[in-house]
Amino acid sequence: MLVKEYLTVREIAGPLLVVEGVEGAKYGELVEVEYPDGAVGLGNVLEVSEDTVLVQSFEETRGLNIGQTRIRFRGRGMELPVSRDIVGRVFDGLGRPIDGGPDIIPDKRIDVNGNPINPIARDYPSDFIQTGVSAIDGLNPLVRGQKLPVFSGSGLPHSRLAAQIARQGQVLAGEEEFSVVFAAMGITYEDADYFTREFTSTAAIERSVLFINLADDPAVERIATPKVALTASEYLAFELGMHVLVILTDMTYYCEALREVSAARKEVPGRRGYPGYLYTDLATIYERAGRIKNVKGSITQIPILTMPEDDKTHPIPDLTGYITEGQIILSRELFRRGIYPPIDALPSLSRLKEKGIGEGKTREDHSNLSNQLFSAYARGKEAKELAVILGEAALSEEDKLFAEFSDKFEELFVTQGEYENRSIEETLALGWELLKILPRHELKRVKREQIEKYMD
Amino acid sequence: MQEVGKEQEIRDGGTGEIVKVSGPLVIARGLPFPRMYDLVRVGHEQLIGEIIQLRGDLASVQVYEETSGIGPGDPVVSTGGALSVELGPGLLGSVYDGVQRPLDLMRDKVGDFISRGLEMPGLNRERAWEFEPSVRVGDEVMEGDVLGTIQETPVVQHRVMVPPGVAGRVLDVKGGSHTVTETVVVLEKEGGELEMTLMQRWPVRRPRPYKEKKPPRDPLITGQRVLDTFFPVAKGGAACVPGPFGSGKTVIQHQIAKWADADIILFIGCGERGNEMTEVLLEFPELIDPYSGELLMNRTVLIANTSNMPVAAREASVYTGITIAEYYRDMGYKVALQADSTSRWAEALREISGRLEEMPGEEGYPAYLGSRVASFYERAGLAICLGSDRREGSVTVVGSVSPPGGDLSEPVTQATLRVVKVFWGLEDRLAYRRHFPAINWLISYSLYLGRVEEQWRETVSSDFPKLRSEAMALLQREAELEEIVRLIGVEALSAGERMIMEGARSVREDFLQQNAYDPVDTFSSIKKQYLLLKLVMSFYEEGTRALEDGAQLHDIVNHPVRGDIAQAKFISEENLGEFETIQAKTADSMRGLVERAAEEVGEDRGAADIAAENR
Repeated sequence: MLVKEYLTVREIAGPLLVVEGVEGAKYGELVEVEYPDGAVGLGNVLEVSEDTVLVQSFEETRGLNIGQTRIRFRGRGMELPVSRDIVGRVFDGLGRPIDGGPDIIPDKRIDVNGNPINPIARDYPSDFIQTGVSAIDGLNPLVRGQKLPVFSGSGLPHSRLAAQIARQGQVLAGEEEFSVVFAAMGITYEDADYFTREFTSTAAIERSVLFINLADDPAVERIATPKVALTASEYLAFELGMHVLVILTDMTYYCEALREVSAARKEVPGRRGYPGYLYTDLATIYERAGRIKNVKGSITQIPILTMPEDDKTHPIPDLTGYITEGQIILSRELFRRGIYPPIDALPSLSRLKEKGIGEGKTREDHSNLSNQLFSAYARGKEAKELAVILGEAALSEEDKLFAEFSDKFEELFVTQGEYENRSIEETLALGWELLKILPRHELKRVKREQIEKYMD
Repeated sequence: MQEVGKEQEIRDGGTGEIVKVSGPLVIARGLPFPRMYDLVRVGHEQLIGEIIQLRGDLASVQVYEETSGIGPGDPVVSTGGALSVELGPGLLGSVYDGVQRPLDLMRDKVGDFISRGLEMPGLNRERAWEFEPSVRVGDEVMEGDVLGTIQETPVVQHRVMVPPGVAGRVLDVKGGSHTVTETVVVLEKEGGELEMTLMQRWPVRRPRPYKEKKPPRDPLITGQRVLDTFFPVAKGGAACVPGPFGSGKTVIQHQIAKWADADIILFIGCGERGNEMTEVLLEFPELIDPYSGELLMNRTVLIANTSNMPVAAREASVYTGITIAEYYRDMGYKVALQADSTSRWAEALREISGRLEEMPGEEGYPAYLGSRVASFYERAGLAICLGSDRREGSVTVVGSVSPPGGDLSEPVTQATLRVVKVFWGLEDRLAYRRHFPAINWLISYSLYLGRVEEQWRETVSSDFPKLRSEAMALLQREAELEEIVRLIGVEALSAGERMIMEGARSVREDFLQQNAYDPVDTFSSIKKQYLLLKLVMSFYEEGTRALEDGAQLHDIVNHPVRGDIAQAKFISEENLGEFETIQAKTADSMRGLVERAAEEVGEDRGAADIAAENR
């Protein structure tokens, strides 16, 4: 193919380049940027008009100049070469191998932007995934095809929790091909190293694909990372029939990169300087989770985001919450008290749980038990709050029991080891055990026969 | 006339050239006679687009499909018409994207993922419909007159109407089996003959005309107690449901779509979750309509434009939906339209506006946000339709709003509140407490209440409005008392005040809370709502009286009859007689408590003393 090369860069500002006199460029086209020293980076077309093209460079623009920078338009959008061999490999944020292994000999190349799943072709997520973490399995279970983010804060152990889920996650019904796609965006070397070592030491690497963009990698590159990772996931899930768990960390850095480009383009900002299309942009990432009727594989997403100042109303967690099917919220207060995983059960939510649990999926008492634990814990927390203001003495006998329950619940049910993999039966049994603290007549959300069956 | 004809000819198939592409916005030059909101085909793949700005020779086009791979020099072809929908038999039961392409046909054609440049008619061209004419040769007909009928689904009779702006004398009528494109009636009108088919087209951005609008009066019964009894919306009215994520907007919208006593349901999934749409798509075809006993899909049209589908099509989807709604209104039906969520639509406006480099208003939204929102909700209404029989039809609009961070002061919520008459305010605080539907009874309102209550008086019971306002007052009182409890503890309250708290709790838990997933509780007829409210309020009244007469608060509050009251919401519609029994039992129990108290303390202290204390 004849590739046209241009030396007509007229303007470089932040990650953006304006190229003049270009013929036949297309919106979204992949661009090679050759540095004066001969290095080659990638970019894509953000805007084209008759004579000028706006290019977003995925690499650092340091070292580029006007006059010697060569721009080549590749005549296609950004594509990811895929084959079964991507499993077990480590790539950079744009999908180039960085583990020293050979290049992928592609079966095909797939446009990283993907196409939306036709809503009518979707199948409803209904298979329970056992993560081995009681606070998730018992109260806010994850379902195959769901997108369930972890809302965290800086310094909280979300990486450890995500690694634990990736390590332990399994579907109860039988053997099926299961894989993990891990996309790191702007996380530190240490965090990335933690994940790679976790995956390697537990042999999870053999069923994983890693895409790593580190904090010191170019920020704009991470705009492409989730798209690249999800393209690989779609290939594994919908073409090879695997069940893929995708971990995206950290979405906050992704959004910040988006804001950076938006600001460089002088776009009208929405809330807190984030572009007005942040919702749509996030949706094109999160909505790539799901199942398709009559297709074997599935994509389950666990995006992780650190909330600036632990503020849930910040645009990133807020818009995420509007798109995803629930959220797992980590609490700084629990963390300070040394509880791992510090999952705050009350504001956490799994919207799809009702379809994924119960008779034939987990156990018939799961739904009622989880509601009972939930409401008892809520009441216990309320009682404890009251005790803080009015003193322990102001509590009724029953409220004291509830307060005790909520303490025990955090100590025994929520708390567990990082390498402790609890089966759903263990989790449920633990729940019933804790309910013994409370008077029987207060257990209004579980059925009488369930109490008899599991408590006596 | 001749001039216009020539212009039309050039416009059809007139070609221009792209000069700029920026996301969903494309600028084209050289389109012959471009008009605002004309539909164009963009690029070699013929993507659908719409002209939204003209500047000299340049036309700005918003494209309803992903634009990667499009570039300057690619052609833009004018279609000469505005973005329109096809209206005719076959709409019901369909699932469309934002520009009326049937999603099932799309899947058959291109597979599980949506690809670009597909052109698909909204109505099935092959299917034949049994047309039963109601006019004869020689009849004079005017716009809106019914030419004949088609049994579109077992529950809906489709009325084929003379399109707006057309009148004349019937020259020919062909009954029997026809597809939507075959001529069924020929009219003689000024300037020639007009062949009419079962189908008409209408530009989505133009409201369909009607004779006159009337103030809405009949309640839309949704089977949801907090809505129907406390904050009813009238048929032809507009309501909004704002709430932060996780507060249950979508469940409420789904409940209304399932149980509302409307003839036609239009559900627009506008920029929301794909899996939620799947839930609707999998669930609705199996649900039975409580009014007709037929499948719910037989009266439903779904428009699904999920959040990852192109943003401009999201902008169009609410117009596509409301135009179809107006079409059924024109037949004389009561239509309920749900838009979930209008915030995503507003965001689509914002995105396009930003690309046009317009001067932004609040939070980056265009300055015309308010007027767009208002003109959308104004398309709701109770109308006397076109046609000589003065039939009445209505469109009720319920829009959800997703305010960022749950902050109701944001522009979309504020613009909406200015035009709607019903506000159902959702709160995540209630949702965390598992109070569903999480509608805050203190901030919500309905301006249709007065008119609806007049009807309740006649059709349900004369004391229904009174019960409602008493219950409302009780809840208000509770909020005040809660303030005190929070400051100085529950001991500070008198027995009478604690009885108020208990009464209010009963209203909240036994009446307002409703489980959408319980087969019985999911729908309450208005009769049942009345009986349940009466029961709940009678506990409070009898309890208060018993307290005044000397009974112990502890005994009243913990009386086993409260278990019966709590279970009353699960009484099925066939056994409404049971309410009478529980009601009597409640009264008996409370009296029993008074007697027992009198016996117990009668010896040493007069019951009257205790009564005085209690008061």
